[in-house]
Amino acid sequence: MSTEPVTVQLTAKDYASDQDVRWCPGCGDYSILAQVKKVLAGLGVKRETTVFVSGIGCSSRFPYYMNTYGFHSIHGRAPAVATGIKITQPELDVWVVTGDGDGLSIGGNHLLHTIRRNVNLKILLFNNRIYGLTKGQYSPTSPLGKKTKSTPMGSVDYPLHPLSVAIGAEATFVARSVDVHTKHLEYVLQRAAAHKGTSFVEIYQNCNIFNDLAFEYATAKETKDDTTVYLEHGKPLIFGKDRNKGIRLHGMDPEIVTLGGDIKEDDLLFHDEKQAEPSLAYLLSRMHYPDFPEPMGVFRCVERPTYEELVVGQVSDAVKAKGTGRLEELYDDGETWVVN
Amino acid sequence: MVVSTEPNTTSKKPLPVIEREEITVRFAGDSGDGMQLVGMQMTNTSAMFGNDVSTFPDFPAEIRAPAGTLAGVSGYQLNFGAHKLRTAGDRVNALIAMNPAALKANIADLEPGGILVVNEDAFNKGNLAKAGYAENPLDDGSLTRYQLFRVPIDKLNAEACAETGLTGRAVGRCKNFYALGLVYWVFGRSMDPTLRWIQDKFGSKPAVADANVRALRAGYYFGETAEMFPARYLVAPAKISPGRYRKVTGNEATAMGLITAAQLAKKPLFYGSYPITPASDILHELAKHKNFDIRTFQAEDEIAAITSVIGAAFAGALAVTGTSGPGVALKQEAIGLAVMTELPVVVVNVQRGGPSTGLPTKTEQADLHQAIWGRNGEAPLCVLAPATPGDCFIMALEAFRIATEFMTPVMLLSDGYLANGAEPWLLPDPAKLPKFKVTHPTSPNGNGRGFLPYKRNERLVREWAIPGAPGLEHRIGGLEKEDVTGDVCYDPDNHHHMVCTRRKKIDNIAETIPPLDVFGDPSGDLLVLGWGSTYGPITSAVERCRAKGKSVSSAHLRYLDPMPKNVGEVLSRFRAVLIPEMNLGQLLAHIRAKYLVDAIGLNKVQGKPFMIQEIEDKINELLNHNNGRKK
Repeated sequence: MSTEPVTVQLTAKDYASDQDVRWCPGCGDYSILAQVKKVLAGLGVKRETTVFVSGIGCSSRFPYYMNTYGFHSIHGRAPAVATGIKITQPELDVWVVTGDGDGLSIGGNHLLHTIRRNVNLKILLFNNRIYGLTKGQYSPTSPLGKKTKSTPMGSVDYPLHPLSVAIGAEATFVARSVDVHTKHLEYVLQRAAAHKGTSFVEIYQNCNIFNDLAFEYATAKETKDDTTVYLEHGKPLIFGKDRNKGIRLHGMDPEIVTLGGDIKEDDLLFHDEKQAEPSLAYLLSRMHYPDFPEPMGVFRCVERPTYEELVVGQVSDAVKAKGTGRLEELYDDGETWVVN
Repeated sequence: MVVSTEPNTTSKKPLPVIEREEITVRFAGDSGDGMQLVGMQMTNTSAMFGNDVSTFPDFPAEIRAPAGTLAGVSGYQLNFGAHKLRTAGDRVNALIAMNPAALKANIADLEPGGILVVNEDAFNKGNLAKAGYAENPLDDGSLTRYQLFRVPIDKLNAEACAETGLTGRAVGRCKNFYALGLVYWVFGRSMDPTLRWIQDKFGSKPAVADANVRALRAGYYFGETAEMFPARYLVAPAKISPGRYRKVTGNEATAMGLITAAQLAKKPLFYGSYPITPASDILHELAKHKNFDIRTFQAEDEIAAITSVIGAAFAGALAVTGTSGPGVALKQEAIGLAVMTELPVVVVNVQRGGPSTGLPTKTEQADLHQAIWGRNGEAPLCVLAPATPGDCFIMALEAFRIATEFMTPVMLLSDGYLANGAEPWLLPDPAKLPKFKVTHPTSPNGNGRGFLPYKRNERLVREWAIPGAPGLEHRIGGLEKEDVTGDVCYDPDNHHHMVCTRRKKIDNIAETIPPLDVFGDPSGDLLVLGWGSTYGPITSAVERCRAKGKSVSSAHLRYLDPMPKNVGEVLSRFRAVLIPEMNLGQLLAHIRAKYLVDAIGLNKVQGKPFMIQEIEDKINELLNHNNGRKK
């Protein structure tokens, strides 16, 4: 991150472009946009070294609303566009904004490969479990049986779980938050921004037009404490309105237990976001409502050299070994002859 | 014609030396036999001797098809001459066949009376059966019209390498050098360049180097002592412009052109590519030269390759992707994005036989329409096509010149024949290369409204502002934008205006390109018009016909969109126009549509380049029977 102090401290408003925001009133995207601007202002990042890249879909209009450099590319390809930007100018802060259709359906391939390379990008996947911009077809994250315009009898597609996919590709930073939990979202975005490498953040985002209340279980005051569990590094997984429920490992499987009696905090699963092996993070990503509370927060945060560092590093190594390239040497392949 | 005899120190009687203007040799064997390698060695040796050379490698798509089968035959054809060569030769004068399948696949191209050297040891029952021979062709009299030389190459090579301590298998791998040594003797080539190459290549494996040296020498001395060959052949050095030369393939020249552009522009070169035949060698070549600030990115697929290139261009690199036809098909949506965002990207398309996977290792020119019209919407870009392997260097430079000067994608149409074919190349003097300046704005152009991405200069070109520049923050993307401001805009009149503006900008490139040159008289009965790798056979055919007094000229398009401004006028000076193409008439359709000229096509879609004779025959047919078509 470019965190050098800027001469004038920017506020969230300074990151807004002059364009009218055209998302539907009530869309979860508004909250995410607000938190992103707040986080950037808090970190004091420069507008001129920040780039937002997106694909296609409602979420992908995001760059137009930011007064930074921005690229609204084509469907699914934002991670690849961003990779080209980072390799060319590694010092830029590059954010990728994508959705469940853009990132996991048409662009699934790029997402996988960008993550495994550990390109230093912040990838925000707005998951609303529906195709909004095309007016309401099921997406790769829609649950089985989901009735939409294209699945009037219910979807028969088994869904993908974004974090499981990211962890399967060995993402170095994986986190989840929810659009309406602004404080938590702000925290997760700050953590993502601070990470060196691919940060993959799934944000549960409500589409109030085509898939309203899809995440009500995780956001409603009455249910959210029992349906989500907030991860903290080094702390046991405890949840519930009365904070008396926990997650314990039974062999390789998580189970819900009630604290008290024989069951102590020490018996619970302790979160370790720095575990080198991604197995624990994967196990957490497999916890789904209604069988389990869904984990929120940072699942995994480990160090690995970034892709662009390695690419540019090879350029410097080559220069060290062979000297700065000279065209005369390029043309002469050692098998030349002279015609008089 | 016997012009001299040369005293031979080891043989009893002097051998006649026959002088030829040009010779075409083809090495053929299993794809694992190292035929490409020895072909390239002889090319280098002949070029260093001073001949003009032109080559045509022909290999199967399978890396190691079952040994001894027709599917696995790999060939390398070399034409070396005492005069300017433009093709790898119509007819083969000498064929080296390492097994029955190689003989069967290639014998039809050998001229009657031509030299046929076969590895006799490979003509056993099993190999004959695999090649589909019921009888051994060496014995059944079917080869009497050729000068057949039966050489037990396996056995002689094994004897030559007996003392190297290598396994029989490793020794067997040297037999291509044995064959090369023999061919060197027949054509009076020096072994020195190849001996040097062996030392360079296998220096760290002395036993392997030793065995290859022994094999090469043994083959050479076999020619000298066996008294099998009635004559040797000499091809004198060609009259070539003075200077320092090397051999270059089209892919090598393309890579060097791209690097040169980036160096002259003082920019990093970004190459995003997905491996595909026959373009992968460009990636390999660039990856070797990272000390020129080259950042190669082997992408996960063709689409990631082009979109990473678009990102790199947005960030200010000289950015290029390379692929073949199937890859271009996958990239087209993204190329449209580059048209829309008006970013300078270069797309190298090394065309191959299509459609679909088609003929991966064979050449074709069937992507011209895909290049000009292949995207959704009105999406014009600049299309260039080099004419020879060496011209790939010039046109790669030109691609970046146009891309950056006009903020547009440029597609460079090479093909399999150019990519793998080789010719001598005069090393350019970097100091004398065209100046290449790329600039980025440093201050806003919007009179208080920041940076306006679609504010244009008199040529309709926008400015290339790149991230990192304070005050120039802007957003671009695939949605239609308002001219000047770059705001998302669905206004009907603006869209029409932007569509026309993008087209007009491409047309403006014509102000900066050279006029179409005519080879031969500026007017006459027939003009043969070509593009891309057909330059060689077309020009040679026209040269031959002109030598016989025919009223025919040729012209070659290296700029396909926009075309040089004088094309219509050139066409109008001839009574008829013939367009030979390795497709079903794509340039033909374009020329007819654009200039209303009733041109005639000559179309060959066999995965093979034209022979000079084929074009010559067509020229004669048109001039003799039709006397040119009335205008």
